[in-house]
Amino acid sequence: MPRVTFTQNIQRHVPCPPTEADGGTVREVLERVFAANPRARDYVLDDQGAVRRHMVVFVNGRQIRDRTHLSDAVPSNGEVCVMQALSGG
Amino acid sequence: MSDRLYVATRKGVFTIARRKGRPRARWAITRADFLADNASIVLPDRREGAVYVALGHGHFGVKLHRSRDGGRKWEPCATPAYPPKPEGIEDREPNSGKPIPWSTELVWALEAGHDSEPGTLWCGTLPGGLFRSRDRGSSWQLVESLWRHPKRREWFGGGAELPGLHSICVDPRDARHVTVAVSCGGVWLTRDGGTSWECRAQGMRAAYMPAERQYDPHVQDPHHLVQCRAEPDALWVQHHNGVFRSTDGAASWEEIPTVKPAVFGFAVAVHPEDAGTAWFVPGVSDEQRIPVKGRVVVARTRNGGSSFQVLTKGLPQEHAYDLTYRHALDVDETGDRLAFGTTTGALWVSENQGDSWETISEHLPPVYCVRFA
Repeated sequence: MPRVTFTQNIQRHVPCPPTEADGGTVREVLERVFAANPRARDYVLDDQGAVRRHMVVFVNGRQIRDRTHLSDAVPSNGEVCVMQALSGG
Repeated sequence: MSDRLYVATRKGVFTIARRKGRPRARWAITRADFLADNASIVLPDRREGAVYVALGHGHFGVKLHRSRDGGRKWEPCATPAYPPKPEGIEDREPNSGKPIPWSTELVWALEAGHDSEPGTLWCGTLPGGLFRSRDRGSSWQLVESLWRHPKRREWFGGGAELPGLHSICVDPRDARHVTVAVSCGGVWLTRDGGTSWECRAQGMRAAYMPAERQYDPHVQDPHHLVQCRAEPDALWVQHHNGVFRSTDGAASWEEIPTVKPAVFGFAVAVHPEDAGTAWFVPGVSDEQRIPVKGRVVVARTRNGGSSFQVLTKGLPQEHAYDLTYRHALDVDETGDRLAFGTTTGALWVSENQGDSWETISEHLPPVYCVRFA
């Protein structure tokens, strides 16, 4: 099952411990995480459900391409990392 | 008479309290909350003693928090969120051509609703949406009638890349009568609780537009709009290129060219009981956003703008480059006490309508919003 980790800096605002969540795409995996941790959703996604401008998501070390629909595939043993972009200051 | 001030800054929210003492009372910082976080606005709700704060996290977006006990304990509440953007809709900022995000980028106005609606709050945002909560911020609804108004698509950024709604005045006589101001998009008014809206900026002048568009109500850049509590048909606007006053409920506006030492600025406050008394914190011009001659001053009129006094006692008068943003000047409910803060972290309070000022701090983070409890 894919494993999901979050940037340390988000923990000050909303606890996001490492977790495992099923799904074949980034959208499916993250929505499962957010179903269990609803407050975290708005910290990562904007009002339209896209990745916030200054956030980045990696799958097995590669930045995802589809920041709007999060359709990038996640292998069953994939590592999804939700990080901050340095563009956000 | 208010003995407490809340100050929202680039790096936290500060509570300032007046303490009795000899030879006189002094104001001092008594709390610091949300340290290092960017607080765009604070609202002490005088109706219930609650306090609301909007934070703008660079990475994690906008978040709202509330306190039910005057700021001792805080809890997260809902953030205004835009509905799904319909597929294929063309919605672009007119100057840049960039898409308008249907997402709250900044909370730029937060106001208590009418006294008859104790749970109601109003919220203005970048990119221009107006929201209302009827449950003390537990949920928010976009005021669709204004957001979907055809003229909203013509709003453009002033200062920011996106248009924004920064001023909300709820008429003390009628909860359904609300006036808002937009940079850039003029002044808008509803008399039916937000079902319908009309632009009410007739008489305003936009010096930054070509001659044939200068008096177009829809292109005006009101920096801040305030309404007199006792005389709600009296409104004042500090505009991008001048000061304007209305005495007929925003049906018409008159330019006030007599402000000294300059007509440029962001902030304005009106006396709650005397519509002819108003305060401004002028800067040189839009191209030079610093005090005139390096002197921090407050301009006060007591006669509806016919003449102004320049108030300086207690304020720095050489090499001071403080700028006061639109929400960073406030007057308390008696009209006697004023406070203002600046981009260089200074904060002053007056207990005599601005005749003299006491320095509370010169070392705060950049100040965005100052509100009396």
